[in-house]
Amino acid sequence: MTTVDYKTEFGSVADFEKGGVTIINDNPKNYVFSNIYDVANTSAPYERVVVAINREYVIEAARAEGASPLYTNAHDEFVLCMDGEVEVELMKPEVALLPSDAEGAHLVEGEAEGQKMGRLVLGRGHQGLLPAGCLYRFSSVKVSVISVQSILGPVSVQKWADICQTEA
Amino acid sequence: MVNDTSIQKHFATLPQDNETGYKSFEMGSFKFSRDEYFAYITWPTGSHMMSIDAFLRALMRDVAWGFFYGTVNFDPVFGTTNLYGQVEMFAGTYHDSYKEGGLDWQERFESEELMPMFKAMVSDWTVEGFDPFASPMETNDAFGAKNGDNDEAVQRARVTAKRMVGLDGDTPLRTDESGFPVNRMFADVDQSQPVVQAEPGFEDQVSAYNLYGYLSRSDVTWNPSVCSVVKESLFCPTTEEYILPVEHGNDRVEWFIQLSDEITWEVKDKESGKPRAIVTMKPGDVSAMPADIRHQGFSNKRSMLLVWENASPVIPDLIKKGESPVVPVEF
Repeated sequence: MTTVDYKTEFGSVADFEKGGVTIINDNPKNYVFSNIYDVANTSAPYERVVVAINREYVIEAARAEGASPLYTNAHDEFVLCMDGEVEVELMKPEVALLPSDAEGAHLVEGEAEGQKMGRLVLGRGHQGLLPAGCLYRFSSVKVSVISVQSILGPVSVQKWADICQTEA
Repeated sequence: MVNDTSIQKHFATLPQDNETGYKSFEMGSFKFSRDEYFAYITWPTGSHMMSIDAFLRALMRDVAWGFFYGTVNFDPVFGTTNLYGQVEMFAGTYHDSYKEGGLDWQERFESEELMPMFKAMVSDWTVEGFDPFASPMETNDAFGAKNGDNDEAVQRARVTAKRMVGLDGDTPLRTDESGFPVNRMFADVDQSQPVVQAEPGFEDQVSAYNLYGYLSRSDVTWNPSVCSVVKESLFCPTTEEYILPVEHGNDRVEWFIQLSDEITWEVKDKESGKPRAIVTMKPGDVSAMPADIRHQGFSNKRSMLLVWENASPVIPDLIKKGESPVVPVEF
């Protein structure tokens, strides 16, 4: 009997192929179809582009390249490295920087002071916790790709017409 | 056609059949029986039959998912709709011809009363060696007369992390030692864990794990499991092989992100079942499933899919009232 040698296909920012929506009787925009590697290829570093939204909740995709700004949050977020390698530096601010009901990631201007919590080094497929109330910064030596499970906030960028399939 | 919203209280388990050895079940006026090849469903205005393997695979998902979000169509005729606390069982309700012919029927049950009957049915009708969660190439078949059971397989609990997989007190990682070897189709998936360096006192806050490695060790297919939680936002990645055993009818917007390999989705109108689109998803692709469709996936090689749900209980009512759109965003 022939043995099949299975190969798992993952995309990358340098090598990806988009699928798509074939319309029978519908509007392609209803499917809000995009590709995270394509978004990373066409966006500025750490531009947190919303690729999925469900009322207030979002999944953001970003090109990770160099060091990101410093962010803070009032709720947990989760980062998934989808290509390359990304380091996450975590700190605890001396005082809470956001009200407890603040939503999404927020930029922190200047050099915030905080207690070092630790660091993560995420390779492809690794998911990490960005705990509520922390300060965090991403960095990546090479171009990498991350997605973030979060809530719509001031750093979320919506540019649906630029990233989504609009024609059948 | 019956659209009775009263709660059905009739439940019965009938003795095993002398020839096949299987029990029959009654829930409201729906009656269920099986023989060596088929499941039979009858209701006051009609009857229906399904191949027993397809029926058990669908029933298994309905049980494991706790009736899931929205509608679980076992096939174009029979299924359940989750009313969150109650469940509607239907035949022909979402099938134009059955409705036009007056054969459609639906009845309502308390979820906590219907679930034990579904569990009893999947337990009694699953024979030794058949695993309704497994892909067809990884299990024996479901056919023949009663021959043992596979309760170990059908009683698996769905993984639901409270915060994130791998945190202390939360869903543990999968390992060889815990009974989760790497699946044959994911033998090439990197199993290394991320670097995690926590300062003293922050060990419960500084955490990461290999999600792709975790998924490569899943022993079930088409069974979304919660891996991380932001309030009501649930990351529910899953591994998919062959065909989703149900047509899932949405009562809210749902999102898919293809993490590896490829899935083709057939999308139909939720009410009529008429085809609307085919969505082909490759690694990195993101697609919404609108709240007024049903969908069924096909994956020729085991793939990793991130299913993303908003678990808010108010969404179905908002959509019914027209206060929340059936698509996630307009542009």
